[in-house]
Amino acid sequence: MKLYEYNAYELSEMLRSKKISSKELTESVLKRVEELDGSLQAYLYTDPDMSLKMAENADKMIAAGENRSRLAGIPIGIKDNISTKGIKTTCASKMLENYTPVFNATVVDKLNAAGCVTLGKLNMDEFAMGSSTESSYFKITKNPFDLSCVPGGSSGGSAAAVSSGEAVIALGSDTGGSIRQPASLCGVVGLKPTYGSVSRYGLVAFASSLDQIGSFGRCVKDVALLQDEIMGHDSMDATSAYREYRPLFDGLNSDISGLKIGIPSEYYGKGVKPEVSKAVMSAVSELEKQGAKVTPISLPSTEYALSAYYIIACAEASSNLARFDGVKYGYRAENCNGLIDMYEKTRSEGFGREVKRRIMLGTFVLSSGYFDAYYKKAKLLQKRITKEFDDAFRSVDVIITPTSPSEAFKIGDRIADPLAMYAADICTVTVNIAGLPAVSVPCGYSEAGLPYGMQIIGRKFDEQTLLNVALAHELAFGGFRRPKI
Amino acid sequence: MIKGYEVVVGLEVHAELNTKTKIYCSCKNSFGLEVNTQVCPICLGMPGTLPTLNEKVVEYAIKMGHALNCKINRVCKQDRKNYFYPDLPKSYQISQADIPLCQNGYLDVIMDGEIKRIGIERIHIEEDAGKLLHSDKFDGSLVDFNRCGVPLIEIVSRPDMRSSAEAKAYLETVRSILKYIDISDCKMQEGSIRCDVNVSVHKPGEPFGTRCEMKNVNSFSAAVRGIDYEANRQIEVLEAGGTVTQETRRWDDQKGISVSMRSKEDAQDYRYFPEPDLLTISVPEEKVQELKDTLPELPNAKIMRYVKDYGLSHYDAAMIVDVVEKSSFFEKCIDAGCKSPKLLSNWVLGEISKFMNEGKEISDTKLTPEKMSELIGLISDGKISTAAGKTVFDIILNEDRDISAIIEEKGLAQVSDQSALEAIADEVLLANEKSVTDYKNGKTNALGYLVGQCMKASKGKANPGAMKEIILKKIEG
Repeated sequence: MKLYEYNAYELSEMLRSKKISSKELTESVLKRVEELDGSLQAYLYTDPDMSLKMAENADKMIAAGENRSRLAGIPIGIKDNISTKGIKTTCASKMLENYTPVFNATVVDKLNAAGCVTLGKLNMDEFAMGSSTESSYFKITKNPFDLSCVPGGSSGGSAAAVSSGEAVIALGSDTGGSIRQPASLCGVVGLKPTYGSVSRYGLVAFASSLDQIGSFGRCVKDVALLQDEIMGHDSMDATSAYREYRPLFDGLNSDISGLKIGIPSEYYGKGVKPEVSKAVMSAVSELEKQGAKVTPISLPSTEYALSAYYIIACAEASSNLARFDGVKYGYRAENCNGLIDMYEKTRSEGFGREVKRRIMLGTFVLSSGYFDAYYKKAKLLQKRITKEFDDAFRSVDVIITPTSPSEAFKIGDRIADPLAMYAADICTVTVNIAGLPAVSVPCGYSEAGLPYGMQIIGRKFDEQTLLNVALAHELAFGGFRRPKI
Repeated sequence: MIKGYEVVVGLEVHAELNTKTKIYCSCKNSFGLEVNTQVCPICLGMPGTLPTLNEKVVEYAIKMGHALNCKINRVCKQDRKNYFYPDLPKSYQISQADIPLCQNGYLDVIMDGEIKRIGIERIHIEEDAGKLLHSDKFDGSLVDFNRCGVPLIEIVSRPDMRSSAEAKAYLETVRSILKYIDISDCKMQEGSIRCDVNVSVHKPGEPFGTRCEMKNVNSFSAAVRGIDYEANRQIEVLEAGGTVTQETRRWDDQKGISVSMRSKEDAQDYRYFPEPDLLTISVPEEKVQELKDTLPELPNAKIMRYVKDYGLSHYDAAMIVDVVEKSSFFEKCIDAGCKSPKLLSNWVLGEISKFMNEGKEISDTKLTPEKMSELIGLISDGKISTAAGKTVFDIILNEDRDISAIIEEKGLAQVSDQSALEAIADEVLLANEKSVTDYKNGKTNALGYLVGQCMKASKGKANPGAMKEIILKKIEG
């Protein structure tokens, strides 16, 4: 077994017992990137010299016994909408092709302090808008299980890198499913934590009230390790929750006897492939065998969730992306005739189709005369959806649904049909709307060998319970299946 | 009233708050520093940055809300006002839309001794934008972002003013309150207080006319000129049989005219929506009350008290209260035992205002309330003359010296001794027989001349009141 194939928690032991060095490990992962990324296209930016230097520093840290974190020396990939000081952060957009932040996101500062080794910046849908990573201005990332398929999105680069061994763990961001859906499509574990549990400072905003940074790993334990490192209150983010955060990794426990699982019928019907539902339900009955109690529940407003989501997300995006105006940084169009012309040309040329579509949608729903009919109604729906979850969590501990209505689809299949693309988020958006935590774990494979994902949704700030359920499932299901790439 | 029309004015005052740091980041809030030095990724709106609210801003705004008798919305939110302009780095301004921090208040303005009550619609908090720089020395425009994120309150009045004079009185009162509760530096020339003016005209008894909003009004006197111009313009339009169109106009103070900027149809749609990066503002009841309880005496109350307790004229009281340093010094002198507040007020508005008008502060001098009080006492008791008082004043302004020692050294003590004064009078009357005759023939101003001659002869030390009585007695026998 090559070093890059191990899980982070195993590597952590090997590093601490000095069986391996971070430098060897990092070299192994970098070699994998070098061999594979020409075809996989997961990374937008790598700097092997920088990574190796960080690895050497981590080794020194470990040698001196100064490593306080289990992630010291572990190589990690970072989604390209998370600010890295001195390293380009493009959001996979032409608009930010040459933008280099002067500051680190809070999560990056935390990982650096932990001694994590940065491998590079991972591809994504432009400004995190998409479900296939095809809207990236720079490249199309492939699914490691089938290079003709999409890896999902928007954190497609993160999911593909972890799945293929081009990273041990990775950071992503999730606004409507952008961690869970690609995790599902690439057969890895992806956690979208509770809104407010991970600082958003330095995450280039798509929809501020829904965005949340989260973790990718090949197993539940790795996701718990990474989550432990990045969660916590941050005074730089007013929406970050001030509370006690107990370590998840230490709290992992696969005993789920007596645990109550809710199955909402709305997530297994129209638009969801029967094979996916079947795989999820067979995983659920496995959990039932382990002592969990399964109850059918109803979340009746689910059918409106996608509409509410796209209204709120686009409204916020239209405002968040207004700062890309050619004045201060990033792309500026040439040969402009005055200020207004400069704005128009810069934004027309700098943004891709999907981003422009959402900015226009968002601008429309916030316009005077339409605000009440769209934005206000969507916010009311948000309240209703949140209440339905709250009510459900009075009688169940977790809710289980499919993550994505189907396995990975072919590159190019949906790019011309935005509504078909938006439907990929049908099972995931409600979680963001309600600010809940959810994890996606692999739970089956199609005939062609493409992974299916199961989504476990928990109460606010109860990541522990969902990871425990995920672990119980993982032990029964057999864990990560390596793609043959 | 102009040509039978009543003028209706409403004002929006923007005041920069003098908090130590900006509203959403920890950059220093200070004016006049080198271009683009008081900035950070947050106030520059760099991608991924987030605002965190400076709680002092909320406190300052609530203070103003109390001072203007507003209802305080303890629970309120912040909203984004979206528009593109190079001085606005995020392309939205964080402000407050439908729920302002303070609303439904009023302000009493004293005009010619009469109280006029002006309604206050709302006070909300928001962030300032940067500044565009233009010069012959470079092409295009440059942006100075230092002012980005400087905290502002916007005070919106109801259309309750009926003349430019009332508007001016309102603005002056607002400025005075801002200074007394010490939440703004109120420096017009630094742009720390600015206003937008809404003007309409109508015939009394008829509904309000269509209003025009005027921007770019950079001083109180410009507000007066702008209102007068705009009212006359609208009246002319109406008199010529036309209709006033609702629009935003720009005031050009140099040319003394307003020019149309945009009509109602072209009005910007700011697409306000709740700022998702910030939490709901929630101020505890006790905090709101505490801010009310710690409010200092406000300028109007001060003026009334000066008139009532110290017998000052309304005009003089208002002049002293207009400048915080003057009224604070005035009150400290009273506390130090000054027995003649009226004489003191003359000195504050005379000699003290003189050097203050030259840009010097009282704190820049060696003058103390105790010495000022002692000096006023000496003058009002007739121990030294007003002229001698000025000599002493000039010295204690610059030197920390004992007043009695100065009087001694300069021989400034006033002569009130009857025999000494009579001797002087005899001497002067003898040398000025013609003036004595003139006085007797009815030229009463000759008396002044004779007293003057006596003062001269005494080298200014004679008590002029006593001197005058002696001369009268001697001439009239």
